[in-house]
Amino acid sequence: MKTASIEVSAMSLVKEALAKAHQYQDEYSIFTFINDTAAIEKAAKIDERIKNGEDVGRLAGVPYALKDNFLSPEGGSTASAHILEEFTSPITATTVKKLEDEGAIMIGRTNLDAFAHGSSTENSYYGATKNSKDTTRVAGGSSGGSAVAVALGIVEFATGTDTGGSIRQPASFNGIYGLKPTYGTISRYGVVAMASSLDCIGFFAQDPADIDLLMQITAGQDVKDMTSLPDYYGKEEKFDDPIKRIGIIKDFDNEAVHPEIRAALAREVEKLRASGHEIIELDMPALKYALAAYYIIQPAEVASNLARHDGVRYAFRSQDSQTLDALYQNTRNEGFMPENKRRIMIGNFVLSSGFYDAYYLKAAKARTLIIQEYEKAFEKCDVILTPVSPNPAFKLGEKVDDPVAMYLEDLMSVSLNLAGVPGLTIPVGETANGLSLGLQLVGPRRSDQELLQFAKQMRSNTKPSEDEHADVMGGND
Amino acid sequence: MEVNQETIAHLAELSNFALDEDQSTRLVSNIKEIVNYISQLDELDTSNVEPTYQVFEMENVWREDEILPQEANREALLGLTKEIKDNQIKVPKVL
Repeated sequence: MKTASIEVSAMSLVKEALAKAHQYQDEYSIFTFINDTAAIEKAAKIDERIKNGEDVGRLAGVPYALKDNFLSPEGGSTASAHILEEFTSPITATTVKKLEDEGAIMIGRTNLDAFAHGSSTENSYYGATKNSKDTTRVAGGSSGGSAVAVALGIVEFATGTDTGGSIRQPASFNGIYGLKPTYGTISRYGVVAMASSLDCIGFFAQDPADIDLLMQITAGQDVKDMTSLPDYYGKEEKFDDPIKRIGIIKDFDNEAVHPEIRAALAREVEKLRASGHEIIELDMPALKYALAAYYIIQPAEVASNLARHDGVRYAFRSQDSQTLDALYQNTRNEGFMPENKRRIMIGNFVLSSGFYDAYYLKAAKARTLIIQEYEKAFEKCDVILTPVSPNPAFKLGEKVDDPVAMYLEDLMSVSLNLAGVPGLTIPVGETANGLSLGLQLVGPRRSDQELLQFAKQMRSNTKPSEDEHADVMGGND
Repeated sequence: MEVNQETIAHLAELSNFALDEDQSTRLVSNIKEIVNYISQLDELDTSNVEPTYQVFEMENVWREDEILPQEANREALLGLTKEIKDNQIKVPKVL
C-alpha cells in the first residue's frame, strides 16, 4: 500500500482519491457521503507530523472507503437506509478507530443495500451502485460501493461486512480480493448489526498482502464486543505444514452454476494439481440446505436487531402521528425499504408461536449439521475452493422484485457464516464479455492468514514449499 | 403453511408496520414464495441433532462490575432525538 512519507505527501494521496471519488460518483453511485473537508484536514496534520519526524503509523495517509454501516462522527452513518438518514453517530466503531490510529484517512462512506439486506446494492435508499466492469449490471452486495471503490482504483482498500456473502460476492463481481474472516476475529462494536451470530467485519483490496496488514491492525479482542475472539491473528498458525490438499465440492458443480464459473474453477484446480497439490472431492450434502437455514436464522436475528428503530431516540421520525403506536408504525413503514420489511416479517414469522419449532429450531439444527460437515471436510483437506456465487454480475433490475431469485445468488456463500469459518474471494479472470470471475477459498476457523498467504501463492502460481510457508506475508508489496 | 392477508396483517402487527393495501398484497405473494422456499428444510433429517445458536467458541466472558468511561454523554444522546422537553424525549400521547 502506498503510504505517505517525506517524498509522497498524505495531501497528494488524499486529493487524488477525492478527485477520483467525485469523478466516478455520478456514473457509479459509489458513495453516500464524500468526506472532502475532514479528509483534507487530516492529511495536512499527517504531513505536519511526518515533517516533525513523528511515527504516523502503518497506514500513514492511506485513503480508504468506509461501508456506510460503520459508525463514526464523520458524515451521517446511514446504512443506506431512510430510517437512519438523519443520524450522525456520537461513537466510533472499533475498526475505524484502529485504522485511523494507524494514519488511514476515510475519504467516503460507501453505498450498500439498506441495512446490508441484499446481494446487489439495489436495495439502497440512495439508488443502486453500478458494476465496475459494466454499468448495466449490479455491483453485487451488500458491500457494493466498497467493492467498486477499490476496483476502480479510487482507494487501495475499503471496509465491508459479510453476513451471508456481502464481502465475497461483490469482490467476485468486481475482480478484487475480499476477506470474510473467522467469526469474532474483528470487533463488531460500532457496526450496524444485521444478524449478530453471522455478521463479520472484513476488507476489500487488490492485493492479499494489503488485507493481511489490515487484519494485523484490526483483529483482536475488544471489551466492547463480547463475541470478539482472544487475539490470534498473526500469532498462531492453523496448519503445521504448507497447504497441500485442496477440497472441491461435488454438489456445487452442476447446471445451476454458470458455465464460465465452472470452467474457471476447473482451470484453477488444474493449475493447483499441476503445481503438486492434491485435489480431494468432497461430498457435503447438508450444504444444499444452508440457504434455507440461513433465510430463517438471518431474518430472525434481523427482526430482533431492527426492533430498536422506532423514531423516538434518534434519526428519522415520521411526522404528524397522533399516538405513540402510530409514530412507531408510520416511522417504520416509511423508513424501511421493502426488503427490510420482508426480512423483518419473515423473522417474526419463524419466531412466532406455532412456527418456532418447524422453522427456527429446525434451522438451528441444520446449522449444527452444516458445521459438522465442514469439520469432517477439513479432516480430509486443508482448504476448499468453490465458486462464490452461481452467476457473474447480473443485470440491474433483473432480480430486485423477485426475492427468492435474489436469495439464490447467496447459495454458495451463506454456509460459511453459519459455520463461522473464513472465506476469501480471489479474482480468476473474466468472462468472454468482460465480466469479473471470482472463486472463494474456504478454510477452518482461524486459518484466515493462511488463506491470504495461499492466495498470494496461487497468484504467483509457484509450487508450495517450506520457504513460502515460513514467509508469513511479511512483505510490503 | 397458507400465507394470506390475515397472516400478513398479523406479521405487520408483530413488526410494527402500518401497511397499506397495496403493500399487503405484494407481501402476500413475496412471503408465500419465501416460506415455500425455506420449507424445504422439512426434507432434512434432524432427529437427535442439537441446535446451534451461535458459533463463538467461548462462554461466560466476564469483566469487573464497574462503570467504564462512555464515548457518548447524555447531552450527545439527547441531541440525536427530534424533540426534547426538560431534558426528556418528547413523544405523542401514549394512550
